[in-house]
Amino acid sequence: MPEALATTADAHGHAAHHHPALQHHFETLQQQKEASILGMWIFIVQEVMFFGGLLMAYFLYRVWYHEAWVEGSQELDILLGGFNTVVLIGSSLTMALAVRSAQIGARKATVNWLLGTMALGTVFLVVKVFEYHHKWELGHVPGLNWTMTGPHASQVEIFISLYFALTGLHALHMVIGFVLLSVITWMAHKGRFSPEWYTPVELSGLYWHFVDIVWIFLFPLLYLVDRATPHVG
Amino acid sequence: MSSSHVSSHVSPVSTYLTVFGTLMVLTTATVAAAFVHIGAFNFPIAIGIAITKATVVVLFFMHVKYSSRLTKFVVVSCLFFLACLFGLTFTDYMSRGWFASPRGTTMAGTQVTVGATPARTAEAPAHEAPGGAGPAH
Repeated sequence: MPEALATTADAHGHAAHHHPALQHHFETLQQQKEASILGMWIFIVQEVMFFGGLLMAYFLYRVWYHEAWVEGSQELDILLGGFNTVVLIGSSLTMALAVRSAQIGARKATVNWLLGTMALGTVFLVVKVFEYHHKWELGHVPGLNWTMTGPHASQVEIFISLYFALTGLHALHMVIGFVLLSVITWMAHKGRFSPEWYTPVELSGLYWHFVDIVWIFLFPLLYLVDRATPHVG
Repeated sequence: MSSSHVSSHVSPVSTYLTVFGTLMVLTTATVAAAFVHIGAFNFPIAIGIAITKATVVVLFFMHVKYSSRLTKFVVVSCLFFLACLFGLTFTDYMSRGWFASPRGTTMAGTQVTVGATPARTAEAPAHEAPGGAGPAH
């Protein structure tokens, strides 16, 4: 059911009325939306495999060097990690509400929820910078200033390397997500979205929730290996 | 071609708040569980909680519960690919050193260690196995 939109004869050179966002190789906006979501999900599956490679290395070494994994995990600040988990899950909530606002055509609410999502994402990254800096101060950065000693020091170095690789790759995804959300927020502010077409918001939401899911796994794997065993030297 | 009428499902705010609450409860649970010594069960419980959280995010925040069957299929296929990655790699490593060799051991899962600890199998730390079949150094 085409809306009463401006004639597209000037833009397209044909008289058929259709939503300006509908591309010609799709029959309906609904079909186009499903294709977009499907494409985004295929990309997300690929991204999961991207992290999967690093996680495979993590799991293998965890089996082999379990004591070092316990030791390395206890080196991480569980309060900061837990706080960041709450912040990121909160940002997923605000993102879901942003998509919902776009679905019902609430322009201002969409912008505000998107800004809230970016704010929480920024808080997360600030905490991470603080954590990385602390590691630098302690001399716990593999390859740069690794000074840890002990019977498992080399193995703990592998754990911390994986910590930096996993959280670093995750943080990079967050920065990319931040840039993405900036663009989407601007578009929303300009009134580009409507209940008929809000696909970019939905796709950004899928990306952001994926980043959240990665952290949902990284938090227990890195910070919660074993907090019951007392830290020995 | 008529559009397959998968309507745009708008979830009520209460749904999202309930999901958020659930995620907070599960986060608390996983942190608490880490402080309790349940030995070998710590890991499956932590992973199980993480999988539950991820499932809830996928179904409700990412709207997969209300998505087309094709989308659902692609999401589930992700688990298949991860299973291939983890399954095939792990069975490879864990079956190394399976057979007796002049330098190696008869136990599976022979590992290479870095650091002071000499090479040993993953299964029996008490039994110091000589050498270690695996990548050089």
